[in-house]
Amino acid sequence: MADFKTAPADASAGVKFMTWVDNRFPATKLYKEHLSEYYAPKNFNAWYFFGSLALLVLVIQIVTGIFLVMHYKPDAAVAFASVEYIMRDVPWGWLIRYMHSTGASAFFVVVYLHMYRGLIYGSYRKPRELVWIFGCAIFLCLMAEAFMGYLLPWGQMSYWGAQVIVNLFAAVPFVGPDLALLIRGDYVVGDATLNRFFSFHVIAVPLVLLGLVVAHIIALHEVGSNNPDGVEIKAKKNDKGIPLDGIPFHPYYTVHDIFGVGMFLMVFCAIIFFGPELGGYFLEYNNFIPADPLKTPPHIAPVWYFTPFYSMLRATTDVMVNVLCVVIGLAGLISLAAVKGKARIAVAVGVLVAVALLKTFDAKFWGVVVMGGAVIILFFLPWLDNSPVKSIRYRPSWHKTLYGIFVVFFVVLGYLGIQPPSDIGTLVSQVGTLFYFGFFLLMPWWSTIGTFKPVPDRVNFAAH
Amino acid sequence: MSDIPSDSPVDQSRRTWVAITAGAGALGGAAVAVPFVSTFTPSERAKAAGAAVEADISGLKPGEKMTVEWRGKPVWIVRRTKEQLEGLKKTDPQVADPKSARKPDELTPAYARNDYRSIKPEFLVAVGICSHLGCSPSDKFAPGAQPSLPDDWQGGFLCPCHGSTFDMAGRVFKNKPAPDNLEVPPHMYLSDTRLLIGEDKKA
Repeated sequence: MADFKTAPADASAGVKFMTWVDNRFPATKLYKEHLSEYYAPKNFNAWYFFGSLALLVLVIQIVTGIFLVMHYKPDAAVAFASVEYIMRDVPWGWLIRYMHSTGASAFFVVVYLHMYRGLIYGSYRKPRELVWIFGCAIFLCLMAEAFMGYLLPWGQMSYWGAQVIVNLFAAVPFVGPDLALLIRGDYVVGDATLNRFFSFHVIAVPLVLLGLVVAHIIALHEVGSNNPDGVEIKAKKNDKGIPLDGIPFHPYYTVHDIFGVGMFLMVFCAIIFFGPELGGYFLEYNNFIPADPLKTPPHIAPVWYFTPFYSMLRATTDVMVNVLCVVIGLAGLISLAAVKGKARIAVAVGVLVAVALLKTFDAKFWGVVVMGGAVIILFFLPWLDNSPVKSIRYRPSWHKTLYGIFVVFFVVLGYLGIQPPSDIGTLVSQVGTLFYFGFFLLMPWWSTIGTFKPVPDRVNFAAH
Repeated sequence: MSDIPSDSPVDQSRRTWVAITAGAGALGGAAVAVPFVSTFTPSERAKAAGAAVEADISGLKPGEKMTVEWRGKPVWIVRRTKEQLEGLKKTDPQVADPKSARKPDELTPAYARNDYRSIKPEFLVAVGICSHLGCSPSDKFAPGAQPSLPDDWQGGFLCPCHGSTFDMAGRVFKNKPAPDNLEVPPHMYLSDTRLLIGEDKKA
């Protein structure tokens, strides 16, 4: 406990007030640690806007969400009508609702770019593993939040999207059907499902999300931000213990981020006012038809931010399961050559068990495993990357090509997930799925290969 | 507590009691979770809503389909034409489970385990929910080549979500995402024109 401080007798009222507060709550200490004396690298580029923008969108979603709940009714009989009531009868209700629906997509745009930044600059490497893991957990929560929120308007896409995703859980061996029943609370998606998704969407998941965001920022401020050069600025400090390449977050980066906010809001407002449905990508047209449990719309697809993972689900057919068996067999053969003694038996048994499991359960179940695994694998990234440098700037140029192909496949998978199923589309998404998993699972090896460029002692920075 | 030196020996009996108390507390916590998780299961009202429904099929002409809601799911009643019934013989080798042998107790009641999967050959009664991920397939009764369907199409159903196809007896074609035939619900005829869905004589 800090000593009780007394302000000088001639101090201003403000100083006296803050002394009074600081003796009871660490307000000044927190302000210094997280803003005025939090030293961030001075060489941040435009990629570094997306963290603070994610925070902005979170605030937008919470504030607009609070106002929407004042008019929305989570009841299967009136939910659709209550959303239309918000759109037509509540003064300015349409604006609040469009801010919330556009905010959902904006959240994923910002978070995907934020994650990509972390990927290319090695921001997940030691000592930032927990920053990355909290971030992945935030991404997972965000997916749950978006999925459950999408049911609430109770349109055709809400209904049948939820029906398909909840039925995915029914593919889990043995407990699946009971698990799906537990999620729906009824034998079909219905009023009970709508009510519980509402509860999760407005209170349970946001609470977890906020906790994780706080953990993410505390962990970040404990270890300090990475930067485009991947140089640890704490390694070079001046005689006061301040990193030579660091500048206080406030006022420099607060002002810098306000510029980012301005740019973001221009795009965000343009979408809200001129194209809130964004051609059916942000709000799907089928969702303007009330949910009808007796009739599936002719084409159903998830919202764009889920489609890369949805494509991987659809790519897992019986043929794909056979391909996976062959891949596991080949990996086993290579491991057999690499290890000796008892480890060989372990490898052989492991391969046989894996292949037996793959062939025992339906491809439908493995599709669910692949889709879930595509997100879960991100958590392990800090231990998959063995490259001697953090930032892409100092990696061999073929690594850059590999990251480029990764991005292309991710976008192509996303595009295919929106399209109706086709033979060629399935083939391409199967190749994409194999590449996605190959990229991560083979990273321990490929990340060490090639000629790395020397990393400088200090960050690259030219004053503007 | 600060008057106890940090290097004093551990009091084992206190440790034991701390462990027992913590264990009992954890058990209590787990027990409290039971009612909370139980609220996720279907309510008594949802269970009671599974009552049988009656359908009047007197107005159904050959080749027409009507849909009734049972347990919140669409139940189709299709009055099949002679040609459609003939077509079932041609699809016999193309479907995955022609004899309704897979999961017979769940999908096909004993009285419908025949070539037509129905009590009366003319009337198909089936739950219109795809066995893949629960979408409701669309009618594709017109025979012949058309988009997403094979050239020798005999009429049937196409699921819009992942492209599974079913013949006029709700049997799934081979190599499609859906593993099973459409479910035939328990049903019985109260008279020639009145059908009860959700209950049969066995019950």
